[in-house]
Amino acid sequence: MKPAPFAYRRPTTLDEATRLLTEAPGAKVLAGGQSLVPLLSMRLAAPDTLVDINHLPDLGHVSVDATGVRVGALARHAEVLTSVAARRSQPLLALALANVAHATIRNRGTTVGSIVHADAAAEMPMVLTLLDGSVDVVSTRGRRTIAAADLFAGPLESTLAHDEIAVEAFFPALPEHGGVAFEEVARRHGDYALVGVAARVLLEGDTVTSARLGFVSVSDVPVVVDVTDALDDPAAAALPHLEPADDIHASADYRTQLIRVLSPRVLERAIAMAQGRNHV
Amino acid sequence: MSEELHDVRLRVNAGIQQIRVPARRLLSDALRHDCGLTGTHVGCEHGVCGACTVLVDGVPMRSCLIFAVAAEGAQITTVEGLTEPDDTLSPVQQAFRECHGLQCGFCTPGFLTTIAAGLEENPEPTEEEAREMIAGNLCRCTGYHNIVKSVLRAAEITRERESAAGEEA
Repeated sequence: MKPAPFAYRRPTTLDEATRLLTEAPGAKVLAGGQSLVPLLSMRLAAPDTLVDINHLPDLGHVSVDATGVRVGALARHAEVLTSVAARRSQPLLALALANVAHATIRNRGTTVGSIVHADAAAEMPMVLTLLDGSVDVVSTRGRRTIAAADLFAGPLESTLAHDEIAVEAFFPALPEHGGVAFEEVARRHGDYALVGVAARVLLEGDTVTSARLGFVSVSDVPVVVDVTDALDDPAAAALPHLEPADDIHASADYRTQLIRVLSPRVLERAIAMAQGRNHV
Repeated sequence: MSEELHDVRLRVNAGIQQIRVPARRLLSDALRHDCGLTGTHVGCEHGVCGACTVLVDGVPMRSCLIFAVAAEGAQITTVEGLTEPDDTLSPVQQAFRECHGLQCGFCTPGFLTTIAAGLEENPEPTEEEAREMIAGNLCRCTGYHNIVKSVLRAAEITRERESAAGEEA
């Protein structure tokens, strides 16, 4: 199982990288490669050029300020997962990242790469969508910010133009009276989730003013459902928006059952976190 | 169309390997075919099984998910590089031998490299942490129990060797 031949370019500046992408319409960006290389080896993708961005400067950051967490294109999952400042600002990052593949994959795979790979069976595209985050992209035409809601076009398809490089993802901080939770069920820990559900809630006093659920592995693009008015039965509110499917790993019925079980569970946990933060 | 070749200088274990490979050469294949280091095993070739795990700058990574040309400049440690300079087995290797941590041995190089780095990070793992440490590696023979024992024993051997070295000094 070997990739088809391709030309390999290793730019050392962002300008050079965007220029290479403009010149080679069949090129793909290589960052961590933990999703891309398997696709190449299985020949599900055969770009004529790979632009390896691992040697670009200033893209390895995980920086935190009052607004949230900014993750550079070369920050590895492991670096985001172990950042104490990132975890404090937005606890959902670490909760979800612990479920992204195995530690060995997280050592090389990048969080930004995972997002623009746009796999609805992956955790981080959903997390970005649930949190209303965004991705900054750069091309020879300049820099622009794409909101998570506008980022995912279809299975493994983002709305980045071919010549754009995702340079940074932004995850908003969890507000003071907010809570988050995440749980997924997989055949083996580290495998793709059969179903994963994350919750984000906001409280005012003891009243839930906003409750949203994000889902993994039950749609073509990351789906977030507002369940603020359905706290008693969030799964019933969410199911019409989801398309749990049959595959060799689980039946659609089983996935539906997991949605029913996990939705109230993570919602309750997120509310408990928000209440705990309220009373500190 | 003749494929473009790249001159790549790889730092592998204690030496330097100068190889000439196409860009699509996976690091796993470069180690085995171009460097002759067949200790690194190739199982699934898509990042699932963990047999090809090597250390890149001390950090475990799948060599089947890295192109050799992209590994230039990094320090690669394969299973061959775990053994002490005087050929003494490393603590993890010794522990696998003592605890019967392998049967057919195909997956073993990936376990050894993963655990060697894991113990650097967490020198005294609990049994649960030992299981988590090896969760990304598949073994079809052992049922994992003896591998978990090997992780814990390797931690012990490391401590024994350190205290012995301390006494000598």
